[in-house]
Amino acid sequence: MISAGIDMGTQRVKVAIIKDKEIIARKQNFSGFEPNKVVEQTFEEALESAKMSREEVKHVTATGAGVAMANFADSTISMMGADARAGAHFFSSARTVIDVGAEDARAVKCDEKGRMLDFIVNARCAAGAGTFIEAMARALEVKMEDMGSLSLKAARASPINASCVIFAESDVVSLIHREEPKTEIARAIFDAMAERVSSMVRRLGITPDIVLLGGVANDAGFVASLKRILGMELLIPEQPMYAGAVGAALIAAKRAERRH
Amino acid sequence: MENNNGKTEYWRWLEYHRIMPGRDWKDAEIVTAGVDVGSVGSKAVILTDGEIYSWSVMRTGSNSSDSAKKALGWAMENTGLTLKDFKYIVGTGYGRVNVPMANRAITEIACHAKGANYIWGSTVKTVLDVGGQDVKAIRCDENGKVVSFLMNDKCAAGTGRGMEIIADLLQIPIEDVGKVSLSVPEEPEPVSSTCVVFAKTEAVGLLRKGWSKEKVLAAYIRAMAIRMTELIEKVGCEKDFVITGGQSKNIGLVHRVENILNVKRLPVPNLDETGRDPASAGAIGAALFAKALYEKSLKR
Repeated sequence: MISAGIDMGTQRVKVAIIKDKEIIARKQNFSGFEPNKVVEQTFEEALESAKMSREEVKHVTATGAGVAMANFADSTISMMGADARAGAHFFSSARTVIDVGAEDARAVKCDEKGRMLDFIVNARCAAGAGTFIEAMARALEVKMEDMGSLSLKAARASPINASCVIFAESDVVSLIHREEPKTEIARAIFDAMAERVSSMVRRLGITPDIVLLGGVANDAGFVASLKRILGMELLIPEQPMYAGAVGAALIAAKRAERRH
Repeated sequence: MENNNGKTEYWRWLEYHRIMPGRDWKDAEIVTAGVDVGSVGSKAVILTDGEIYSWSVMRTGSNSSDSAKKALGWAMENTGLTLKDFKYIVGTGYGRVNVPMANRAITEIACHAKGANYIWGSTVKTVLDVGGQDVKAIRCDENGKVVSFLMNDKCAAGTGRGMEIIADLLQIPIEDVGKVSLSVPEEPEPVSSTCVVFAKTEAVGLLRKGWSKEKVLAAYIRAMAIRMTELIEKVGCEKDFVITGGQSKNIGLVHRVENILNVKRLPVPNLDETGRDPASAGAIGAALFAKALYEKSLKR
């Protein structure tokens, strides 16, 4: 059984193709200004990588903020539903799944079968999402990929008004003027972001094990801050950015089975 | 408005200082000053026997105490005043603990209420202060004493800083945003994003959809107005209602806030005749507290 999942993120479009629950292809591209075209292309790339034809894919399920742009999908699933399914697929012990993406963050409670029980979302404030790291890397004049390793070198965090990305930007400029080490500024950014995410998760209630998904789960700086602030371990799958697409592909497989 | 790289800085607002004509500080018994170091603007007001003598409004730099010195220095420029001529100085604002020449620091909430009471008189009951990095809704009594207040200082939505960012994005000089936003034939739906970062993305999307700059601006300012009226409604809006802070000059914002609340603000006094500048209400309040504190010290 071959199925595909599409995650129409605010920043990137991700496609995963699975065969009998095994991931056989993963592709992603920037969403850009025409995500409807980007998704077609990304899907083609994934098929090519899997050496499959379109007809062999039994069912395609789409998710993500721009889900309406994936016209060719057979069905859709909420982002929380996809997170729950993916979290439980990667780690059967998962009971709380956190997903931090470019422009939003979510926490989902799930059961052992990957069914969503409850959830909480922040899509209203950039200070709790990946955009924050991007904006601060720009202010610090470092590459976004280097933010994590910088922050891990710091023993303390700079004092910073990091409740808001806009305010943090001006604070970072003054801190640079005062020649505060960039390592400590980076640590302050990740700590602040982790604070926002953890307060959201706490409102939902934390049941271990906790799984962290989404592109930001790749950032060692954020992961270290979130572990420290939650005081708990985090399970992170390989290529966490594709988790939403994988969750959608698993749901697509279920739906295809049901139709037969 | 151009920076060193030749790039136009649409967000950059005009700094200014004034000395009230026909007044000599040497005739006064008590000269006091209030210095309000805000997160975006620094304001200094000099009072002679409780009357406005001179004031300055300028951008806050990366160092609060330098900004305090500069703002007061600019208000003192061409007056012959030296620091020792001041009987008492009060610092206020976000950087109030870093006003080196101040005898005392007082919160900006108290200073804004006091300043509004001075600018418009004892009928003022509700003050909306729209600052660079915060928005405050203050209820006060006929003496300018704070009864209750609510503040948003956690988020740039609705603040002057947010307005600067959108002005820069749309390439409309900050001094003109209010007027330009009122030039649209029909009021658009407000932008749906609260967060300024997301509103910026949304604004770019609207421009790509073919909206005019003016329409996008109107949609942003509308959202700003909605956000701050929520704050006012929580404290309760009792007349008279006034608006202070830098954004009190944004007529597009003022107009929309008035419409939503269905209350008119008291008009801004003539600056040339009175010197009562709503943008420096906090510094006026601080300078008034300075006078009162000096007089109290004499009685001891």
